[in-house]
Amino acid sequence: MLKTNEFLVALTIVGLSLVIGLISPAYFTIANLFDLLRSATVTGMLALGVLIVIISGQIDVSFTAITAFSMYVTVKILNAIGFNGTVLVAFLISAPIGLALGLINAAIISRFKLPTLIVTLGTQSLFRGFLLFFIGSNLIRDIPGGMEAFWKANLVTLTTPEGALTHLHSSILLLVAAALVTWFLLKYTMLGRGIYALGGAPEAAERAGFSINGIQMFIYGYVGFLAGIAGVAYGSLNRQADPTRLVGSELDVIAAVVLGGAIITGGRGSVIGTLLGVFLITIVNNSLILMGIPSIWQKVVIGLIIIVGTGLPAYQNRRAVGRPSANLAE
Amino acid sequence: MPEELLCVNNITKSYAGVKALEDVSLNINRGEIHCLVGENGSGKSTLIKIIAGVVTPDAGEIHINGKHYPKLRPIDSIREGIQIIYQDFSLFPNLTVAENIALNHELARGQKLVNWRRVRQVATAAMQQIGIKLDLDARVEQISVADKQFTAISRALLQNAQLIIMDEPTTALTQREVRSLFAVIKSLQARGISILFVSHKLNEVLEISNKTMILRNGRKVVDADAREFDRAKLVYYMTGRQIDDSTYDYRPGELTVPLLKVENLTSHGNFSDISFELMPGEILGITGLLGSGRTELALALFGVQPADSGTISVEGKPVEICSIQDSITHGIGYVPEDRLTEGLFLDQSIGRNIVVRTIDRYVGRGGLLDGREVEKGIQAGVNQLSIKAGSPALPVKSLSGGNQQRVVLAKWLASSPRILVLNGPTVGVDIGSKSELHEILRELARQGMGLIVISDDIPELMQTCSRILLMRRGRLVDEFRRQDTTENQLTLKLTEA
Amino acid sequence: MRINNAGTTGQSRPAGTPPKLSIFSLAARDGNLTRLFVIMVAIFVVMSLARPDIFPTLSNFNSMSVQIPEIGILAIAIMLTMLTGGIDLSVTSTANLCGIVTAIILTALVPPTAAGPQVVFGIAVAVAVAITIGLACGLFNGYLISRVGITPILATLGTLTLYMGIAIAITKGTAMFAVPQFLWLGSGTITGFVPVPLIIFAALALVFALILNRTAFGFRLYMMGTNATAARFSGINNARMLVQTYMLSGLLASIAGLIFLARSNSAKADYGSTYILQAILIAVLGGVNPSGGFGKIAGLVMALLSLQFLSSGLSMLLIRYSGSNFLKEFAWGALLIAVMVIDYYSNRRRDRALVEKT
Repeated sequence: MLKTNEFLVALTIVGLSLVIGLISPAYFTIANLFDLLRSATVTGMLALGVLIVIISGQIDVSFTAITAFSMYVTVKILNAIGFNGTVLVAFLISAPIGLALGLINAAIISRFKLPTLIVTLGTQSLFRGFLLFFIGSNLIRDIPGGMEAFWKANLVTLTTPEGALTHLHSSILLLVAAALVTWFLLKYTMLGRGIYALGGAPEAAERAGFSINGIQMFIYGYVGFLAGIAGVAYGSLNRQADPTRLVGSELDVIAAVVLGGAIITGGRGSVIGTLLGVFLITIVNNSLILMGIPSIWQKVVIGLIIIVGTGLPAYQNRRAVGRPSANLAE
Repeated sequence: MPEELLCVNNITKSYAGVKALEDVSLNINRGEIHCLVGENGSGKSTLIKIIAGVVTPDAGEIHINGKHYPKLRPIDSIREGIQIIYQDFSLFPNLTVAENIALNHELARGQKLVNWRRVRQVATAAMQQIGIKLDLDARVEQISVADKQFTAISRALLQNAQLIIMDEPTTALTQREVRSLFAVIKSLQARGISILFVSHKLNEVLEISNKTMILRNGRKVVDADAREFDRAKLVYYMTGRQIDDSTYDYRPGELTVPLLKVENLTSHGNFSDISFELMPGEILGITGLLGSGRTELALALFGVQPADSGTISVEGKPVEICSIQDSITHGIGYVPEDRLTEGLFLDQSIGRNIVVRTIDRYVGRGGLLDGREVEKGIQAGVNQLSIKAGSPALPVKSLSGGNQQRVVLAKWLASSPRILVLNGPTVGVDIGSKSELHEILRELARQGMGLIVISDDIPELMQTCSRILLMRRGRLVDEFRRQDTTENQLTLKLTEA
Repeated sequence: MRINNAGTTGQSRPAGTPPKLSIFSLAARDGNLTRLFVIMVAIFVVMSLARPDIFPTLSNFNSMSVQIPEIGILAIAIMLTMLTGGIDLSVTSTANLCGIVTAIILTALVPPTAAGPQVVFGIAVAVAVAITIGLACGLFNGYLISRVGITPILATLGTLTLYMGIAIAITKGTAMFAVPQFLWLGSGTITGFVPVPLIIFAALALVFALILNRTAFGFRLYMMGTNATAARFSGINNARMLVQTYMLSGLLASIAGLIFLARSNSAKADYGSTYILQAILIAVLGGVNPSGGFGKIAGLVMALLSLQFLSSGLSMLLIRYSGSNFLKEFAWGALLIAVMVIDYYSNRRRDRALVEKT
């Protein structure tokens, strides 16, 4: 247990927190915690989707485009019909959009058995280009009433010792729900085990009778679905619909998943690990200021974390394996 | 229940213009151990995959338990009780033993949710059926090959297997483990389960089979009661040729300096205190069961896994071998056992595979390669080893196992090594090509090269080597001269506990 | 006993025919090249017909030849690393970083009034430093991938972020500017007609075509990309080759950065974010196999030209619409997928044709 990747990440978070906290005690406040959770929500939801893609041994970089797409289209639709009711309707619109886009990915990948990195690079461009050209690229500040209300919907409101108010936003519930569903899926359903199987030994999975196409459809559809929901959350949390910003942050999400213990070649990964990875990335992104490090160094730190976080296990693996077996029998 | 379990008639299947199977029929009855024998490329794998529903035949009928299946899917085959244990076991390395055993069973039952307690119960029960006990929570990638096989068999049993197809099951097993496997097979037979045992190891086929079917070039040659066959007949049917019983006689030359001298070579955990000599023109055999350290020894000589202590001398001068580059510099070449992964670049052309080691030789003016010289080099390699191919520009994966091995040899011979270490040189090569390769080895030795053949194929060792070393648990325990020993004696010594 | 020559496996050659030997042609890819040529010509023709007034004109060639070198050089870089079965996602960041450092050095060493030797010296130093940085970035990538053992996607993802981060830290997010004396590299022309960057690109394309097709290094690169394990067992030093390849990629990235700086007179940490996709698209379109081992410069150049024609043509057709860049993005994505699908079908047809022959 002590050696698992998840434990190491947790340890890193604790260590990092101690360091940050020493420099800036403001880190250890509830307000900061609520802030971190809020920042982690969208990334976390997307990361859960990416997790199952990576477990299956594949990769998807189009999910940020799907998120932006479903968010923007939803906002446009709701604004066009003047709907200001509950935000649930927004979710009901964006989730199917995300799902549909994800299924496009699935269709291309499973029908033609194409390399997933390149296909999703293509669909990322496809979706983003389509969105920005045919639908619109303007920032929309007037988001539908439901989303505006959601922006204000806080789960918990506390008063800090200084007298300010601090909130835990209710979107955290979305993340928790997504995490629980994903966890259950992976651990207790045949579909989930099929995803692991596919990542571990694709040919064996096919021979065992798993419906590979079915699993693919589910994986990419699930990512799309989560992206759709995350899109509305993103729009609500930022109180605006900006279709251009999200794309470019997919590397952060993938890094979080990989740091959390998922192996890029597939077959391994867990929800806990992913959440920890997301949390780690979020802490780094948010807390540099607290440490007095100007935010311009943000990317450097993230880059180093990715390198060290993937390098250490890789290097250890090399040393442990050390002796490549030339003979299967031995 | 009908006596006849499986009946496939007039099966034909082509791949990209090549007929893998032509008009093949096979019947298997209950409780029967049926052996499927054939060289590489005979169509064995294709036939199995068709029975499993993984591949669809172009023509022919499949009847299982009396039911006709116009289009057989894997799940249908599984539900009818047909289980295949592939050569690579088709296990999931990242999942636990328990999961590997029980997962397919749960899947076939249409389960949507996973009940982990049931998974463990089911896995334990399956293992009990064949009397083995494995750690349920171990990840399959961490367990031994034999344990993987038992996991695969346990899995097969769970599906109320009526017919278990085993594809070359003993490739990676020690002799003791083979005995265990045969005991398990016999007990399965006693319970009315049929076994289709695919193998090219004639000794085993003769020992365990009730009925034997032989395929050659995609056609059925014969299918009859096993008692009608002996080794010679099997070889004849498989190849259309008589068995080759030539041997190699080493005549020591005037030189007394050994080509290779190994003294007290030790690699912690693999082998210790190995000492031997190899003279020019000699073919030395090294054999031993799994775990004897023989492959590690080869890898140490080739610099892949350098030894921890001891000396290696080439032509009398001590050398240091810490990397593959070192070995090559000192004239040592290595023909690996797993040629598909370690020896060949499958998608590249035959020609490129041949010159890959010596490409620097063809650099001409201005640092550029001289195309014509390269082509000459390729042709020389093709000629020297009589590689049969339409054109050296074809990808090497289009060749048969025997021809592929010739390409690997051509690659090494192009750089004229003084010492050639071959690990399992004829694994996966059909019998006809086997003897041709052996003759190539003998010829190389006659020309003064020193060869080390590492193998567990006793007949092969007897046909090529003049001296055979036996390793056990990392130590050199015995040495035989071919003239003074027989196949049986050697086999006995090999399998002694 | 004679070696038996009577084997029947494998195809037999009619007696007396000399074997068709050519290690420089990979039979499966020749069809790909002709197809690319057809596509390239077709796009050109369509666009010329669509806007005969502005497409096939000299000024358009000039403006197209501006984009071609930058993307083209990056595409060659991506091709190199893809040939090894990996990928270098950090090329744009490296290019930007080099451009930024060059701008800083130029501004420091070459005051606006300077001329003659001082200018030459300043530019030489700046270029030397830029190239060194490019090589260093590539070296680091190669080290991570070959010595530490991180898979290329993740390693270059990390360095992409790191290099961009360093660039941001240096520039604090703003743009850096070059000096006027440097701009000839970007907008100058040789013989008053052919832009300098295009010449540089053409030279690089030729050099790398030679390296890949006609040197031992190129040969070993293709082999290693096909099967790294067999390469190792055949005595190829994989680690060294990987490092060299990624260093070459870094070198090319630095040159691209220089050209970009010279052409646009500015360098920023996040320029060219869509270039990676385009470069990959060009490589894949040009016949590079993402798993390694196959691909030719000729194919890449034709793919590059095809895309440039398409891009330029689209800009013209959509002159009235803003955001034509977005439509191009859409087109790139669609094209990439379309090409791969077409590849799938043409491979299937080839296999089926073989079956019918028997």
